[in-house]
Amino acid sequence: MVHWTAEEKQLITSLWAKVNVEECGAEALARLLIVYPWTQRFFASFGNLSGATAIIGNPKVQAHGKKVLTSFGEAVKNLDNIKNTFAQLSELHCDKLHVDPENFRLLGDILVIVLAAHFTKDFTPACQATWQKLVGLVAHALAHKYH
Amino acid sequence: MLTAEDKKLIQQIWGKLGGAEEDIGAETLWRMFHSYPPTKTYFPHFDISQGSDQIRGHGKKVVAALGTAIKNMDNLSQALSELSNLHAYNLRVDPARFSLQFLAQCLQVVLATRLGKEYSPEVHSAVDKFMSAVASVLAEKYR
Repeated sequence: MVHWTAEEKQLITSLWAKVNVEECGAEALARLLIVYPWTQRFFASFGNLSGATAIIGNPKVQAHGKKVLTSFGEAVKNLDNIKNTFAQLSELHCDKLHVDPENFRLLGDILVIVLAAHFTKDFTPACQATWQKLVGLVAHALAHKYH
Repeated sequence: MLTAEDKKLIQQIWGKLGGAEEDIGAETLWRMFHSYPPTKTYFPHFDISQGSDQIRGHGKKVVAALGTAIKNMDNLSQALSELSNLHAYNLRVDPARFSLQFLAQCLQVVLATRLGKEYSPEVHSAVDKFMSAVASVLAEKYR
């Protein structure tokens, strides 16, 4: 059972309330594809991913980024039940999408950096620690049903 | 592999930090201890309370070493050779994949909080690659 202090929950929900999920999701996914280009292997159908500008402007990347981060939002709504919340998605990523779980950790770290750039000094060390914990738990939950 | 463009971006970004190196080093370490408590195991001999002289001093050392690395990006292995020995034979910090990546993540967060939008995807990518290269060199002599 994961334990969240009241302060941690507050740091998560108050920050999340200020996040533009569409923009932030698009940004995070684009950065994943730019910073770790091998992750493009999962997105062959997305069209032009030929460079940073193309990736950032790619409408499929933007749409999928929004989808991914919206899903991440479920973790925020279910902090005490993250494993179950992502059980089905875990099976999907294993059985259908064949995504190496290491990629969840990479995306999680990128999300933290995107939040840092967006919130600047408000993204305090305590805030970062809480969010690193959260992205770690989500990554773990998504890997949980792998077999 | 660091491209010429990556190197230029890194030098530009480093140039923007103008004098804040000690603060950045200290904050990076503090964030690392906070987000990744196991990293504290390497500092049992330190006062690791916030703002401690030891954290400031050590942070300054780390950032100075990164500064040296940035001035010698074409020859990292040689430039960091002494540090490489130190990490391999004395410090034996768990190699690149585990612990040094936590330092790199926290440095990136510190840079992002200071630079905001300027911490573009291109800069992010260049810094990530650079830190990865530094970690590789530091772990070169481990075995």
